[in-house]
Amino acid sequence: MIDFLNAFVALSNFVLIPAISYGAQLALGALGVTLIYGILRFSNFAHGDTMAFGAMCTILVTWLFQSWGISFGPLPTALLAMPFGILATMGLVLFTDRYVYKFYREQKAKPVILVIVSLGVMFILNGLVRFIIGPNDQRFSDGERFIISVREFKALSGLKEGLAFKTTQGITIVTAVIVVIALFWFLNRTRTGKSMRAYSDNEDLALLSGINPERVVMVTWLIVAALATIAGTLYGLDKSFKPFIFLQLLLPVFAAAIVGGLGSPLGAIAGGFTIAFSEVMITYAWKKVATYVVPESWAPDTLVQLLSTDYKFAVSFVILIIVLLFRPTGLFAGKSV
Amino acid sequence: MSDSVRNTMYFAGVALLIIITGFVQSWNTALFILNFGLISAIMALGVNLQWGFAGLFNVGIMGFVALGGLATVLVSMPATPGAWQAGGASVIGALVLGAATVVAAVILMTKMKASKLRSFSVFGVLVVGFFVYRGLFDPAVGLIEEIDPAATGYLGGLGLPVLLAWPAGGLLAAAVAWLIGKTALGLRSDYLAIATLGISEIIIAVMKNEDWLGRGVKNVVGLPRPAPYEVDLQSNAAFIERANGLGFDAVTASTLWVKLIYAGLFTVVLVILFVMAQRALHSPWGRMMRAIRDNEFAAEAMGKNVTARHLQIFVLGSAVCGVAGAMMTTLDGQLTPGTYQPLRFTFLIWVMVIVGGSGNNLGSVLGGFLIWWLWVMVEPMGSVLMNFVTYGMADGYWLKDHLLESVAHMRLLTMGLVLLLVLRFSPRGLIPEK
Repeated sequence: MIDFLNAFVALSNFVLIPAISYGAQLALGALGVTLIYGILRFSNFAHGDTMAFGAMCTILVTWLFQSWGISFGPLPTALLAMPFGILATMGLVLFTDRYVYKFYREQKAKPVILVIVSLGVMFILNGLVRFIIGPNDQRFSDGERFIISVREFKALSGLKEGLAFKTTQGITIVTAVIVVIALFWFLNRTRTGKSMRAYSDNEDLALLSGINPERVVMVTWLIVAALATIAGTLYGLDKSFKPFIFLQLLLPVFAAAIVGGLGSPLGAIAGGFTIAFSEVMITYAWKKVATYVVPESWAPDTLVQLLSTDYKFAVSFVILIIVLLFRPTGLFAGKSV
Repeated sequence: MSDSVRNTMYFAGVALLIIITGFVQSWNTALFILNFGLISAIMALGVNLQWGFAGLFNVGIMGFVALGGLATVLVSMPATPGAWQAGGASVIGALVLGAATVVAAVILMTKMKASKLRSFSVFGVLVVGFFVYRGLFDPAVGLIEEIDPAATGYLGGLGLPVLLAWPAGGLLAAAVAWLIGKTALGLRSDYLAIATLGISEIIIAVMKNEDWLGRGVKNVVGLPRPAPYEVDLQSNAAFIERANGLGFDAVTASTLWVKLIYAGLFTVVLVILFVMAQRALHSPWGRMMRAIRDNEFAAEAMGKNVTARHLQIFVLGSAVCGVAGAMMTTLDGQLTPGTYQPLRFTFLIWVMVIVGGSGNNLGSVLGGFLIWWLWVMVEPMGSVLMNFVTYGMADGYWLKDHLLESVAHMRLLTMGLVLLLVLRFSPRGLIPEK
């Protein structure tokens, strides 16, 4: 029995908790991608760098606060700075929409042209972030490091396996839950949210019933900016902030959005967790868990790792391909324009 | 002004830019820009085949370029003594077995009727195949990587002349492109984009981690060259005499001469590929491609097999990128998987094609040279600009230091700006499609 408990603790420590927090970050990113796709009808390649920009603004404000001696007690100061980061990112996306995307929207350009335009925006944002904060690793988390550390857990439970629960992981999960509840409340209960869904479902019908498209687009960008900043900051807090990481995050984020079904917010969340869990589980070395569960004589002498961690991209990619081949509209039947 | 006059002026302008660089900076820089410009032009030709001719949105160019580089190692490096005996056969066997597993699963999937039995058998084949594959593969790889890991630790290549690697790079890229195209083409354009983005990351991941194949991040250095070595030239009495006769010292002359030989080789390849692309564009096949691009449904109604044609041109375009990748690795003289960045090898090529004029081969070549020149020159130009901006600031002021340091990141900003401006004000590019 104790062995099973130990196995479960090891599993939680190395698989469940990391996968849940990573999944929450991916889901927040994928929500942004999927909203843009649903309303503006193109895949926004600049989304990864929007996340980087939002995180960068948050970091700058965090440093300012830290230099003023403001802190958030046991929680990271970055949480206090996040609203300012969100505001700056909102300004940025409204600016790019007004001066870049709007022109093509009015021309009714093909989606693929908008994708190429978003490549240009991606270049500029990427350059801007590196220009302002530099290409290096930035650490900005402060406050308590652990909600519960390995040693505390061992002392508390008397088990051989330890369990570490980082503050950033806890914050990620709590924030993601709050944000998702707020978003769904907004989409399903408010007038603006309903008009957004109507516009996403059927543009012509929505226009006929007097919905102002520019307003819908603006609100979408504002929400996306907030989601991107939160996702970027949480990812930066949990791992570390490095501008080019966000370009690499683009693939799992897109995979999550497509696996869930592009245009479907619920799908984006499901997709985020699907991708995160598969990535972590397939690249985790199961030896430790296996030695507890199976009889001693069966204990594996290899790591029992299906794929090395360097291939985590391959995991999201393979899931993406499987879903595309068997369910082209994704798990939650998104759009297939 | 007729088209040909305008085009000549564009190319003369780019040539002038490179020559000015030669006078202002150094001729070595100018020839460096020329050589990479030639390679970039070839990559742009490949992307133009896919995007300009057929409207396929491929953002996995980096992967095909890297495959070309891998081909250079596999073709031209000498085989590592003992590596093949140690584990070569098992590795090949394991790979064949892995491929056979996938094929068997696909056959089961298509031949059996949809049922629980089918799901179980497909799953069973995959799981058993995977473990047998790993069981055969892992020990063999361990044996290979044990052989003198500081210098080799990989299978090595075939030891053939390095020029053969260029077509081989094309073939390798084409083979992988066929696999990707088989699965991802026929999906929507956005999905193809994501799929190609993913596959290019995977190719780089494989090259970084499979040490037995190309030494991974330990890099393969000292690839054979199609040109003489500078050191040999500098000790060659006849060469020194000729160099002195032209008013150069031997060191400068040898570096310039080697770069010129490369430039000559690259020009030959570019001309061959350009003529072929031009012939293809104006053939019935090229017209069919553009018809498919402009209206898939109409072309399909006329009896054209859209998916097969898409697959064909996807493979062709990727092969061209593979050739360019092999040429680039040959020029570098080393394979460094860590240096492949999507911004530099995928998205920059896209800027070249769009700025030059998508659908026009000449435009792609022009875009290749022009954007490459800009990519290299933004940094020195940016530092001049920043020195001017920070002129009035006191030394040691943090903003001044920061601005001067950040010049290196002006490139991406400039490229993005160029792309957006061209898309907005001249969406058909410098040399539009006729």
